[in-house]
Amino acid sequence: MRVFRTLTPLALVRAALVGGAVLAATPVLAQAPLLNVSYDPTRELYRDYNLAFAAHWKEKTGQDIEIRQSHGGSGAQARAVIDGLEADVVTLALASDIDAIAKRTDKVPADWQARLPDHSAPYTSTIVFLVRAGNPKAIKDWDDLIRPGVEVITPNPKTSGGARWNHLAAWAWAAQTFGGDEDKIRAYIAELYRHVPVLDTGARGATTTFTKRGLGDVLLAWENEAFLALNELGPDQYEIVVPSISILAEPTVAVVEGNTEKHGTTEVATEYLTYLYSPVGQALAARHYYRPRHPDFAAPQDIARFPATTLITIDDPLFGGWPEAQARHFGDGGLFDQITAPPGQ
Amino acid sequence: MDHPMPPAPASPTPGPSAARAFPSRRRGRWHPPTTETAPTRAVLIAGAVLFLLLVLLAPLISVFAEALADGLPGYVAALTDPEALSAIRLTLLVAVLSVPLNALFGLAAAWAIAKFEFPGKSLFITVIDLPFSISPVIAGLVYVLVYGAHGVLGPFLQAHDLQVVFALPGIVLATMFVTVPFVARELIPLMQEQGTGDEEAALSLGASGWQTFWRVTLPNVKWALLYGVLLCNARAMGEFGAVAVVSGRIRGFTNTMPLQVEILYNEYNTVAAFAVASLLAVLALATLVLKTLLEWRYGDALMARRGH
Repeated sequence: MRVFRTLTPLALVRAALVGGAVLAATPVLAQAPLLNVSYDPTRELYRDYNLAFAAHWKEKTGQDIEIRQSHGGSGAQARAVIDGLEADVVTLALASDIDAIAKRTDKVPADWQARLPDHSAPYTSTIVFLVRAGNPKAIKDWDDLIRPGVEVITPNPKTSGGARWNHLAAWAWAAQTFGGDEDKIRAYIAELYRHVPVLDTGARGATTTFTKRGLGDVLLAWENEAFLALNELGPDQYEIVVPSISILAEPTVAVVEGNTEKHGTTEVATEYLTYLYSPVGQALAARHYYRPRHPDFAAPQDIARFPATTLITIDDPLFGGWPEAQARHFGDGGLFDQITAPPGQ
Repeated sequence: MDHPMPPAPASPTPGPSAARAFPSRRRGRWHPPTTETAPTRAVLIAGAVLFLLLVLLAPLISVFAEALADGLPGYVAALTDPEALSAIRLTLLVAVLSVPLNALFGLAAAWAIAKFEFPGKSLFITVIDLPFSISPVIAGLVYVLVYGAHGVLGPFLQAHDLQVVFALPGIVLATMFVTVPFVARELIPLMQEQGTGDEEAALSLGASGWQTFWRVTLPNVKWALLYGVLLCNARAMGEFGAVAVVSGRIRGFTNTMPLQVEILYNEYNTVAAFAVASLLAVLALATLVLKTLLEWRYGDALMARRGH
């Protein structure tokens, strides 16, 4: 009890202030670092890529470069950059999230997608099904998802980039299957969402719901996310099913010029994104289950893991590019809202 | 309790004052203070113990069990990881900055409310309580709305190259907002109870305002102040929602311990997630022990002394 008698509140306040000054004085950074604001499933990819790029930059310029990472839902990350998160580069799930930054700030030029090859998408992915070991519900293709008793896990397209790709992949299959009959496509999509017990806000959250909470029979997931779950949680527990038709998901990247000009990092930021297209960058993308633009740069055994399937692009006349697809499917009062609205509204 | 009232079986534990109210009727015969039968009591006690086990103890044990799932080396490695160390350092820094400021504010607010009369006093008390009733996520968002790039103060901050949200100042502000009521709420009832008599005596004996504050007012509330600071600190270190909104989630820089726990868990890194969580649990337990010590040793000084 002696301690309590000698410690007056005032002494505590003093000690706290001194401690704060010591902590605050600790040097945190030496040179202008690079901040990559990315979405959820790229954590493992950029952890490796940042090491490779730092080595490349050191070799090229002799400078040490420190790269910082931020991850979250793609839409939420774009919102943070708009609200002032000082990203040097953004590597997000879809073009419309970077479009949002370009539209609401003057930090990204309107023609950002033309600044890098392959409309600024150095790697692609697709949407696959993750099912439980042995595929007990015999799920092979999109029509199996709406059989009675099948529960589907997919996040909310309003907040998750991955969920938007899921939605459009299902739409692409239905459009092909029903010969473009809009009523039938809508009926299928509506039935699909009736099989979803819970809409998580992000792709990683949906994966956790499926794997750790054990909810649902099938998870609609990024191909790289499905492979990661398979590796981290045991190949004996899950299987990947590739549907007959899916979508070519193009995660896009851009330099946030308004910020890099202020930080003096434009050159290193541009090189950071360009290096993603190099043999090293492409091989790392393939190793982390992203489909590289140049398969010849990647290890053959990595490429062999990607099954061939029909992939529809967002620029297909069916969707007409991101601005149109975003407004038509996911805007307020758009198709997703209409389809999932409670009856009578 | 001065009106006649029959001993009500519905009231399980009549206080000592109730027992004293009927001395004549119960004289000479010992009567147990509760009227439940032994089986009823056993069922109630078992229910309470089971509830505590399932709701409090089991999760607490599982935190440590998961953290030590890979043995002690795995636990140590998880805590000495640079990102984990940075999260620990940031959490401590945020607490060290926000708790003293809130202690000062809480003391000043309680002093003003308890010792003075002024118009708008009840409104002031309501405002202090506001963070209790507002969702922490909203608390974070309002700081983005005010200090963000498109916020009210955004253009000014950008022109002067000041970063508030998605950096340390924003995290400290959000934490302070959430923890504002803790110190003030602890001090107001006590200081109101103590009244202004001691201060008036000191002033009449020739003490200056500051002397009165340092020698009379502050010593009267020091244990309650420490108690409030303790609760404030526990909440400051554990805050998730408000900080998540303003953090920017930059790994190794703007992730506090609770954010780091979520990140590690989502990366399938369960051991590391629970290792960091176990530190927060230890903090909670230490707070509990200190709180109990304070209550046990200085219970009188912590509460307003009613009826004396």
